[in-house]
Order: sequence, then structure tokens, then C-alpha cells
Amino acid sequence: MTGLAVDIAFWTFAVAAAWFGWRVFRTDSMVRATFCLLASFLNVGAIMVLLLAEYLGVAMFFMMSVEMVVMAIFMVAFMMNPAGLNPMEMVHQPRAAIAVGIGAAVGLGVVAVVADLPPAALLDEAGTIRALGNELMGASMLLMEVVGVTLVATMVGAVVLSSASGRYGSADTGSVPPLLDPDDPDSRPDLVSADGEGDAHAGHGGHGGHGGHG
Amino acid sequence: MTIVTVLLASAVLLGLGTWGVLSQQSFVMIMMGFELAINGVMLAAAGVWRFTSGGEPRGQVLVIVAMLVMAVEAAIGFALVVAVYRARQQDTTEGIAELSR
Repeated sequence: MTGLAVDIAFWTFAVAAAWFGWRVFRTDSMVRATFCLLASFLNVGAIMVLLLAEYLGVAMFFMMSVEMVVMAIFMVAFMMNPAGLNPMEMVHQPRAAIAVGIGAAVGLGVVAVVADLPPAALLDEAGTIRALGNELMGASMLLMEVVGVTLVATMVGAVVLSSASGRYGSADTGSVPPLLDPDDPDSRPDLVSADGEGDAHAGHGGHGGHGGHG
Repeated sequence: MTIVTVLLASAVLLGLGTWGVLSQQSFVMIMMGFELAINGVMLAAAGVWRFTSGGEPRGQVLVIVAMLVMAVEAAIGFALVVAVYRARQQDTTEGIAELSR
């Protein structure tokens, strides 16, 4: 692509990435917020392809598509308003958050403009993927093995943390199911069995619950 | 497309993510803010690699490490959300305010 085409594509992707990133926190639907985040990631992946880091850009496409679909499932499971049928505002300290966010963006932007980063053109524009592959399977092999072990440890840790049964019995001993109606204390479903088998549907009642607590 | 414009775009993404992390109440939305901020970090690292490294592949390896951080954050974060929900039936920061005492 020529320079002008690259510039137009870059600005299109950059504005889209920022706009979708903003929509993540402004849309009423939690599932829509997840897919806005996915769109932001995909636009950043496209910018990485423009930056001739094709491997990273394509890795972003694949990894973020899967991760955001998983996140959408969590959204449906945990959020009270996944379909966005009602207006929703679940924020705290909004003014301070906006101030800190703008401050972070402006501060980093000033650094980007003021900093004197010495330019160095790519030596081999067509061979970046081959060079990265040789690096990953060569000099950076130890680092990639650490990455692999870290991901295995993450999988074990995630299963241990989210497991319903611990080493010494049920992990949710003493917990109570949420109210089906947040304003009605009598609407709490009965806990049928100690391991939570009998109240598998009780979790759905919790979706409307977190507007009511203090 | 220059290094300055790429870094400005990444600064905007990081600012948006910071705003989301600080303003949202739901754990899952806070994690989305973290992911957006890491998104900006990865873009900045890729831009610096492209314009200042001369093609040194170790710069791209740094971006892969940032991706690892994002994957670990998502997996452990969701596991913690599930664990907190099992124990307290809460999925917002206000719901577990007693942890701050």
C-alpha cells in the first residue's frame, strides 16, 4: 500500500478502536459492550498489520475473538441487563474517573509528542514474520517456555479458584442462594443439597439483585 | 502513520481503559477496562517496535508477553469473580465493601 492509503487506513482503524473502546462503557447491553471491546481489539490488530507486525495482528484477531466470546458468556451469566432492554448506569466516582482517564491519555500523549525517539527503518520489511519465528524458536525459546508454563499455572489456578468443591468438602459451605426478588426477603430459594446441586437455577435470580444492596 | 500518531492512539485507548476501571462497579466491566488499557499498551509496543527498532524481533516478543498478561488477567479474574459470587452472591465492588475494613 502507498503512504496515503496506509495513513487513511490507520486513522480509520485508530478512530474506530477508540470509538468502540468508548462505547464499551456507555452501552446499556453488556453483551454489546463485550462485542464493542472485540471491535476495538480487531481494529488494533488491523493497525498492527499496517505496522508490518502481521503475526501479532493476526494473533490478536484469533485470540481476542475467542476471549470476547467467553466474556460474552460471563456477561450473560453475571449481569442483570445483558440484552440492554433497560437503561443502565452502574458507575461510581464518575467525575474522578473521567478526570484520571483524560489525565492519563493527555499525559501519555504529551510524552509521545515531546519524547525524542530515534527513528530506525525496518531493515527487512518482507521478513518480519520469519525473523520473529526464528527469534521465538531460537534466542527467546526460554521466554516462550516460561509463557507456556505460566499459562498452565493459570489454568490450574483458575480451576482451583472457581471449583465448587475444595479439598475438604464443598467450597461454598455457609453461603446462601441469592434472593429471587431483591425487595422480598422471603423469596430466597431453599438450598436443597449441601453441594448446591438442587438450586442450580437460583443464580438467575441474582441478576436483578445488585441494584438493591447498599 | 508515524510513531507519534500510533502512540497518541494508544494513549487514548489506555485513557479509556483507565476511565472504565475507575468508574465501573461490576467486576466484569472493570476487567474489560483492564483489557482495553492493555490493548493500548500492546499498540504502543508494536508502534515503538515498528519505528525505532530496525526490525529487531525481540520487540515483538514484548507484545507477546503483554498478550500473556492479558490472558492470565482474564482467566484468573473470571475465576475470582466466580469465587466471590459463590461466597457472597456479589458481582460489584460495592457488594464486598467489608474487605476494605
